Amino acid sequence: MKNNKAVKLLSAPYIVWAAAFIIIPLLMVFYYGLTNRDGQFTFANVLAIQQTEHFKSLYLALILALISTVICILLAYPLAMILSSLKGKNEHLVVFIFILPMWMNFLLRTMAWQTLLENDGVINTVLQFLHMPKMHIINTPSAIVFGMVYNFLPFMVLPLYNVLNKIDINVINAARDLGANPFQTFIRITLPLSVPGIISGITMVFVPSLTTFVVSEMLGGSKILLIGNVIEQEFTQNSNWNLGSGLSIVLMLFIIISMIMSAIFDKNGEGNTL
Amino acid sequence: MSKHLIDLQNISKSFGNHLVLDEMNLYIRENEFLTLLGPSGCGKTTTLRIIGGFENPDVGKVIFDGKDITRLAPNKRQLNTVFQKYALFTHMTIAENIAFGLRIKKKSKAYIDDKIKYALKLVNLEEYGSRYPESLSGGQQQRVAIARAIVNEPKVLLLDEPLGALDLKLRQDMQYELIRLKKELGITFVYVTHDQEEALTMSDTIVVMNQGYIQQIGTPEMIYNEPENAFVADFIGDSNIISSTMIQDELVEILGVKFPCVDKGFGENKPVDVVIRPEDVELTTDVEKGRIQGVVSHIIFKGVHYEMEVMANGFEWLVHSTSCFPVGEKVGINVDPFNIQIMNKPESEDEEAVGVEE
Repeated sequence: MKNNKAVKLLSAPYIVWAAAFIIIPLLMVFYYGLTNRDGQFTFANVLAIQQTEHFKSLYLALILALISTVICILLAYPLAMILSSLKGKNEHLVVFIFILPMWMNFLLRTMAWQTLLENDGVINTVLQFLHMPKMHIINTPSAIVFGMVYNFLPFMVLPLYNVLNKIDINVINAARDLGANPFQTFIRITLPLSVPGIISGITMVFVPSLTTFVVSEMLGGSKILLIGNVIEQEFTQNSNWNLGSGLSIVLMLFIIISMIMSAIFDKNGEGNTL
Repeated sequence: MSKHLIDLQNISKSFGNHLVLDEMNLYIRENEFLTLLGPSGCGKTTTLRIIGGFENPDVGKVIFDGKDITRLAPNKRQLNTVFQKYALFTHMTIAENIAFGLRIKKKSKAYIDDKIKYALKLVNLEEYGSRYPESLSGGQQQRVAIARAIVNEPKVLLLDEPLGALDLKLRQDMQYELIRLKKELGITFVYVTHDQEEALTMSDTIVVMNQGYIQQIGTPEMIYNEPENAFVADFIGDSNIISSTMIQDELVEILGVKFPCVDKGFGENKPVDVVIRPEDVELTTDVEKGRIQGVVSHIIFKGVHYEMEVMANGFEWLVHSTSCFPVGEKVGINVDPFNIQIMNKPESEDEEAVGVEE
């Protein structure tokens, strides 16, 4: 018993931290979101999502997050398959190289994309040099998708790599042995066995993509507003904490839905890496 | 039993600098239970993987039923494999696992349902069709793996240490089950194991391998009773291997004492290795009647017999006997001439691994 108490004591700093910086702020979001400026209970801030500009920004955020997630899957799956087939000393080096960008500051990486995508940026300079037409990318939804995919791709690669790496090579061999060609083996064995990784990757890319306001602000200029930007503006520019909190609650709903879906599909937690 | 179903011709295989198989030649007859037996790293699993199509030999050919299948993809071969750790499809039910090969071949639903029923019955798992592999015990999973392979009616079933992960009792039960299956199906089994008891129990033919070379091919009785070299003698069962001198035909000097034996043709005063199985060493308390005198230094009760170590003329004799001789007791040792197996000494370390043609 005494030992048990000591262990519980060790977790005290985290509990204090969680209470101070997670639970209390969360309760405050709910408080502000469900009250008006006079402190009276209201659903108005939550229902404000129905206003055209708010709804549009949520819709656009959902669409862009979805596109980014799909692109991430399409890029990450073959990559993860190649990584997991690299047995031996190169394997860790290659995985390391793919994780390396994550060690750089998020803002710096996104700023780098700014310079790449600008009208007089690196990409257009190269295109000009090759006598090809300039592309207008910066401040468009495409630029935001570029930024999201670049920033969140590792979060898709890692769970996929993890789950593919765990598939026993003899299970693949068994499918081949039973008459399946490589394509049939992939569709019937590899893909279904990697579902937990796919779900985990989707959550880890979709949720941050949906909520980001930094990527959209830096690569979308101030022209394209995602729901994250709207919320941020309500807090910082308009000082309307109630509306900001109300919209946050709506956003949280979507996050909770995607979390539940991931929990259902990934019962064993096989896809978890972080 | 006479037709060669599989012919391995001159197979060599290296991984990096490591030579795993060196110019191996082996044929497998139709309808035989052939076991590849040897310690880990002897090349037995690689041989099986070459037959299954999961490895390509560097040199040599695999002939199956008269056709060269050396470069044929595994899914196009008329044989199926039971893998070491079952390798079941965890996202499918037992029935779906068994149906996998048949669905790939686009058999009719009625045919598949029939086959599933038949296979589940064959491996005594009739109630388990709708369960998932993870809810089954190791032995049951192994039976599913076998069922999944045999519904495809392969001409050859390859088994890669299929009982390795099971406990002793279950392993023994499964041995009988495999023999029964083999009889019911009437197909060729190629079985890989490092367990000599398993090999002796089930096989028609045993191929003893070491370091990429075949050491001896023969029936279990031949392999056990007449090992061709010290490696085989040592690997199959316990044995006393004693460096000795062949005085003349039918007389060998073991540890300075002359023993009559039945072997001939080794020449005179030739150094040889003598193999004596521990159950063939006879002990007597009438010390003077023994050819060699010794003292019991260890005794362990093994159930069926006692296992003893007897120190005599500078050699620790391993002895199995149903009678008990307490530690410290002086005993006489006798060996029946028929039970003394004489083998030529290998001339160098390398030669210990030299291939032996049947």
